[in-house]
Amino acid sequence: MNATGKIIKYQIKDVIRSRWLLGYTGFFLIATETLLRFGGDPTKALVSLMNVVLLMIPLIALVFGTIHIYDAREFTELLLAQPIGRRELFVGLYLGLTLSLSLGFAVGVGLPFAVRMGAGSVVTVAVLLVVGVALTFVFTGLAFVIAFKWDDRVKALGVAIAMWLAAGIAYDAVVLLLATMFAGYPLERPMIGLMLANPIDMARIVLLLRLDISALMGYTGAVFKQFFGSGGGMAIAAVALVGWIGAPILLGSRTFRKKDF
Amino acid sequence: MLDRRCARMSDRPMIEIVGLTKRFGRQQVLCGVDLAIRAERVTAIVGPNGAGKTTLIKTILGLARADDGEIRVGGTVVGDDPAYRSRIGYMPQIAHFPENLTAAEVIAMISDLRHGPSNGPLDDELLEQFQLADQLDKPLRVLSGGTRQKVNAVLAFLFRPALLVLDEPSAGLDPVANGILKDKIRRQRAAGQTCLLISHVMSELDELADDVVFLLDGRVHYAGAVHDLKVETRQLNLERAIAKIMMRGAA
Repeated sequence: MNATGKIIKYQIKDVIRSRWLLGYTGFFLIATETLLRFGGDPTKALVSLMNVVLLMIPLIALVFGTIHIYDAREFTELLLAQPIGRRELFVGLYLGLTLSLSLGFAVGVGLPFAVRMGAGSVVTVAVLLVVGVALTFVFTGLAFVIAFKWDDRVKALGVAIAMWLAAGIAYDAVVLLLATMFAGYPLERPMIGLMLANPIDMARIVLLLRLDISALMGYTGAVFKQFFGSGGGMAIAAVALVGWIGAPILLGSRTFRKKDF
Repeated sequence: MLDRRCARMSDRPMIEIVGLTKRFGRQQVLCGVDLAIRAERVTAIVGPNGAGKTTLIKTILGLARADDGEIRVGGTVVGDDPAYRSRIGYMPQIAHFPENLTAAEVIAMISDLRHGPSNGPLDDELLEQFQLADQLDKPLRVLSGGTRQKVNAVLAFLFRPALLVLDEPSAGLDPVANGILKDKIRRQRAAGQTCLLISHVMSELDELADDVVFLLDGRVHYAGAVHDLKVETRQLNLERAIAKIMMRGAA
C-alpha cells in the first residue's frame, strides 16, 4: 500500500469510531425509516428525504469537516515531519474523511431501503446515494480549503456555516428574487448558469429529473428540463458536479502544499 | 554498520544552515541565520519566547518554508523531496493524537508510513522503560497528558533516526519519565545519534547539551560548545552564562 492508502486506512479507523459519525449515521437511519413508514408512497418519501439530504450533507461535511481538521492539526504536523510528501498526505486526509462520511450516509439511508426491497425504484435510491456521496466530496473538500486558509478556528467555523447558509438556503431565495424581478426577460440561460454555480442546486436537479417531478422544484427546474430534456440536463449537471468536486481538491491541495505549519 | 562508522568519522555537520530568513506576515521571525549543528552531539537551542526557536526547527523539518537561505540535513538540501525526513525523529511540544485511535494503532501507523524491512529493528526501549504496555490498547482520548507525551517520545526514537529533534521534551513528563528520557538521550548520543533540543529548563540542558545556540530576535547570538561559553563568560552554569550574553546583547 502506498502512503496515501495507509493514511486513508487510519483516518477511516479514527473517524468511524467518533460519536459524530455515529450520530450522523443514526440521524439518516431514523429519518429514512420514519419517512418510509409514515411518508406515504415511496416517491413522496424520496422527495422529502432528498430535501433532508441536500441540507444535512453540506452542513455536516462543512462543520464536522472543519472541526475535525482543526483537531487533527498537531497530528498533521507530526505526519508532515515524517518522510511523506504533502500531496500524498493531503489526498490521504481528504479521502479518509470523505469516505468515512460517505459510508455513514450510505449506511443510514441505504439500510432502511435494503431491508424492504422494492420500496421505490432501486435506480432512484442509487441515484440518491451517488448524489449524496458526490455532495460529501464537494463540501468536505470545501472544509479543507476553509480549515487551511483560516488559521483561527472560530473564524473558520464561521466561514463554514456562512457558506452553508449561502449555498443551502439564501441562494434559492436570491434566484427566485431575480426570476420575479426580471420576469419579462428571457431568463433561461442565466438561470441555468446560476444553477450550475451551486452544487446543492445541481444535486437537486439531478435528483428531480430522475424522479421526473421537476414541476415540484419550481421555476428553475422547469426551465432546466425544458432546455435540456431529461437526459441531457442530467449529463450536464453531472459534469458540473464533477467540476465542483475537483475544484476544492485542487485549491485545498495547493493551499496545503504552500502552508507554513 | 561499517559505512555507518565511516560516515561518523567525517566532520561534516549534521545540519548546515546558510542565510535562513523567515517572515510570518509583518513579523520577521528569522533574519539571516547561519548555523552548523555538529553530528553526534546534543545541541541545545535556547532563547526567550518569540526568539524563533520553534520556527527554526519547523523549517528544518520542512513544516515551514524558508523565505530565503538554504538548509542541509545530512548533506541533503531541504526541499520538496520528503526523503530526508526518514533520518529525523521529531518529538513536538504537545502530543495531540487522533482521539479514537489507540496508542498501539498510532505507533503502527507511523511505522507503516516510514519503516521498511531494510531499516533494521525498531528501538522500542522507551516503550518498556515507560511501562506503557497496559496503556497501548486504550483510545488516546482516555490517556493522561503525561502518557500521551510518553507515546510522543517513543515515536521520536522508534526508527533509530540519525537526527533527533525534541521540542520541550520534559514539558508534561513526570520526574521519573523525564529521567528515563534524559538517560535515553545520553545513550543515543553515545551510539552516534545527533540531538537537537529546545528547552527552557537550563539545569536540564547543563546536564545534556554539548553545544548551545542562543537565539534572540531571530538572530544567532552565540553558537558553540557549552564549555567554551562558560569559560568565555566566566560562569559556572549555563543559565548564568546565557544571562551574561543576554545582558551584553542589551547593552
